[in-house]
Amino acid sequence: MNDHIPVFPLARLHGRYPLTTRIVGRLLLSLVLLVASSLLIFGGIEALPGDFATTYLGQAATPQAVANIRAELGLDAPAYARYLDWVAGLLHGDFGHSWASGQDIGAQLGSRLSNSLLLAGAAAIIAVPLSIGLGLIAVLYRDRLIDRLINLFSLAAVSLPEFFVAYLLILWLVVKNPVAAFPATVYASMGLGAKLVTIALPVATLVLVVIAHMMRMTRAAIINVMDSAYMETAALKGLSRWRAILRHATPNALAPIINVVALNLAYLIVGVVVVEVVFVYPGMGQYMVDAVTVRDLPVVQACGLVFAAIYILLNMTADILSVLANPRLRHPR
Amino acid sequence: MKQTLRSIPVSAWIGMAGITVAVICALFAPWLAPYGENQIVGDPWAPSSAEYLLGLDNLGRDLLSRLIYGARTTLFVAFVSTVLAFSLGSFLSFAAAAMRGPVDVGLSRINDLLMSIPTLIFALIVLSALPQNMTVLILVMAVLDATRVFRLGRALALDLSTMDFVEAARLRGEGTLWIIFREILPNALTPLLAEFGLRLAFAVLFISTLSFLGLGIQPPTADWGGMVKDNKDGIIFGVSAALVPGAAIAVLTVSINLVVDWLLKRTSSLKGGRGDG
Repeated sequence: MNDHIPVFPLARLHGRYPLTTRIVGRLLLSLVLLVASSLLIFGGIEALPGDFATTYLGQAATPQAVANIRAELGLDAPAYARYLDWVAGLLHGDFGHSWASGQDIGAQLGSRLSNSLLLAGAAAIIAVPLSIGLGLIAVLYRDRLIDRLINLFSLAAVSLPEFFVAYLLILWLVVKNPVAAFPATVYASMGLGAKLVTIALPVATLVLVVIAHMMRMTRAAIINVMDSAYMETAALKGLSRWRAILRHATPNALAPIINVVALNLAYLIVGVVVVEVVFVYPGMGQYMVDAVTVRDLPVVQACGLVFAAIYILLNMTADILSVLANPRLRHPR
Repeated sequence: MKQTLRSIPVSAWIGMAGITVAVICALFAPWLAPYGENQIVGDPWAPSSAEYLLGLDNLGRDLLSRLIYGARTTLFVAFVSTVLAFSLGSFLSFAAAAMRGPVDVGLSRINDLLMSIPTLIFALIVLSALPQNMTVLILVMAVLDATRVFRLGRALALDLSTMDFVEAARLRGEGTLWIIFREILPNALTPLLAEFGLRLAFAVLFISTLSFLGLGIQPPTADWGGMVKDNKDGIIFGVSAALVPGAAIAVLTVSINLVVDWLLKRTSSLKGGRGDG
């Protein structure tokens, strides 16, 4: 029935409601990406050599034993059937069972995801305003001493591996001056306050790692705007510096800054993996690394998909917010 | 020439010195290291002394010797994977930009898909199914890095392919390969060189992170990330052996970034001060 509808109504729709069509289009694109990445995660593992049954049995991998385990785990069904099965389960909130422990993955994921989000969220609340503020200061004092110091510090911080920062903090704040907790293991029974005190060090590590990056990118984005012709015009027609920055630079710098923030929040998601392992924090990252070590594929796939979904969601939010902030993006050429 | 050398800032010289030291360690490890890579010479975590300059590690192996051998592994894996990523990424991106049409769309969509999953997560997924040996690691890192190179390379090449000299070459009847290698590549070289540095620093961090998680270089081969993992339990007892390889990673990546910073500034000043390359 829909076959007869030619393409131009869509274009007309876009002409009349540019914002809505852009946002709906972006939502659909994310959905497509999510489905494609689930295929990639499932198919990728499928296409690669290596077999859980053989690894699991080790020396005892007789053909009969391998066949038994494969039948038990449902590995003897064709790949597409298992994929559809997996997706159908996911849509019902059923992530399947771990091969290694037999536990329900969904239950584990729930508590671990909220732990990881607590960690990343706490880091983001501190890092985002701090780094944007520092980025602004760097631009205001461009090429002066403060700017150079900030620049040098951030160059060093970008180059440090997360675990190095983490162990420096542990040596300094746990071993030499015992003020912080290690390991940062939290339990479901702890109150929010107690949890926040326990995770002080991992949060500090994440903030240090992400802040330099975010600040450098904020600085670059604002400088890019400040160098444009309309800023020169604003200065030449006698606008005060603050008024020019607030009225002319900020609206144009908003879209790039939103992008910077989203990109770094996505980076936090990955940084969480290493930091959780260092601090023995019961989150998604540690769960996934442990699963990879023992080749517990259902857990790896579930964690991978959740990480990918968060990443895609963040990028989508950033794009939509940029379109809202910058009307020019509503009519891409 | 003298003028050019003098225009290089101090920071870039420091960076180059750091890289040179690491490369010399990597190349001449067996002659420079006072002890063997896996030779147990004393008690675990013995403090530094005149005999063992940096002390011993968790099994009683000389930390300095392992650091020197580790430079070899870490640099080798990072360098080879980055070179592979660049060959793959820049060739495919230039081909996409030169041919346009369905090839460009297809390659770009595949690239978007690969980039929709964070690199580390992607590597973890792939490594859960593959055997963890050096070849696999290098290939996985190369493919993941190639997606980033592809995006930059395509943007660069699209910019360049609208230039008159490319148009002229096309009208002359030159083939796609000629346009890629003789027209686009020479003009994209400086920004690509800066990107190579960034990617190399990233690769050093990445292989170290994987090894630290126990999923990279497998023991007993020494590499910097794995050495941090080996010695991390000592931190609680105030033994800082884990910080030494960590500092080595930091110094190497800072050095690379200092050089890249200078290269990027040079490129943007060539383009008339627009720093948005």
